[in-house]
Amino acid sequence: MIKATIVVMLKPSVLDPQGSAVKGSLHSLGFEEVTEVRIGKRMEVWLNTDNRAEAEARVAAMCDKLLANPVIENYTFELEEGA
Amino acid sequence: MRFAVPVFPGSNCDVDCLRAVEDVLGVPVEPVWHQERSLSKYDAIILPGGFSYGDYLRTGALARFSPVMDSVMEAAEWGKLVVGICNGFQILLEAGLLPGAMRRNDHLQFRCDIQPLRVENAELPFTRDYREGEIIHIPIAHGEGNYYCDEETLAELKQHNQIVFRYTGENPNGSVDDIAGIVNRRGNVLGMMPHPERAVHDWLGSVDGVRFFTSMLAYWEENHGAA
Repeated sequence: MIKATIVVMLKPSVLDPQGSAVKGSLHSLGFEEVTEVRIGKRMEVWLNTDNRAEAEARVAAMCDKLLANPVIENYTFELEEGA
Repeated sequence: MRFAVPVFPGSNCDVDCLRAVEDVLGVPVEPVWHQERSLSKYDAIILPGGFSYGDYLRTGALARFSPVMDSVMEAAEWGKLVVGICNGFQILLEAGLLPGAMRRNDHLQFRCDIQPLRVENAELPFTRDYREGEIIHIPIAHGEGNYYCDEETLAELKQHNQIVFRYTGENPNGSVDDIAGIVNRRGNVLGMMPHPERAVHDWLGSVDGVRFFTSMLAYWEENHGAA
């Protein structure tokens, strides 16, 4: 088994209303040093394969096709064997 | 003219769309479960509002891969009329039938209101019974209607007159260039956040949605006869 941990974030150029709201709350709690908050998604996907190269290609395809929207989001992922 | 309203798990404006077509046009209209693979007997398809697949992952992202969407893509290619309202608009964006993407409302509130819109293009199959520049009142109800596209796409939308409706007064969600609805280059696929199907009787607070439906029927009969 290979576990893929995928992180999807809004592109830096795209306004993140959730992040802005959380930043405002942090400021009101006194964390005034916070200059920006961006909120994304973390997904964990288990693949029934031991072939790392193949898993990498398959996870990238999943991200391109469904897990991220390339119009507004970027993604990164890490693979962990034997998870 | 026959209408289909695909129903996804989580659609909740499907009955409103069915009733609007029945009440306004009196033509055949049927709900179609999202696992249906053929829409060949219909001339127009309305993707209704709601929360398809719970809006998990992203709004419209999972519905876009429902079996029925292949035939929606085909229908669009054949030049049939395809409308996506609210969640339906989000599905059309995810499917790539319309350009851009949807973000959460910039103020994070869910907005439920009657919203003034300006009709920017009154020459489409969906808008020919309106006047260009006319202000109409159509209900909105969404938390994720903040339409986004990059500057290049926006320039293309403007160049080809693809912006159909703009919010006037306050922009209720922060969408790019006050966009409330757009159409594809060919003019047969339209997506909009406001709900014309909820503005078809006086007792609903507005009848400005009626002409959205009459426009479609008039266009279809003119181009395909009254069959």
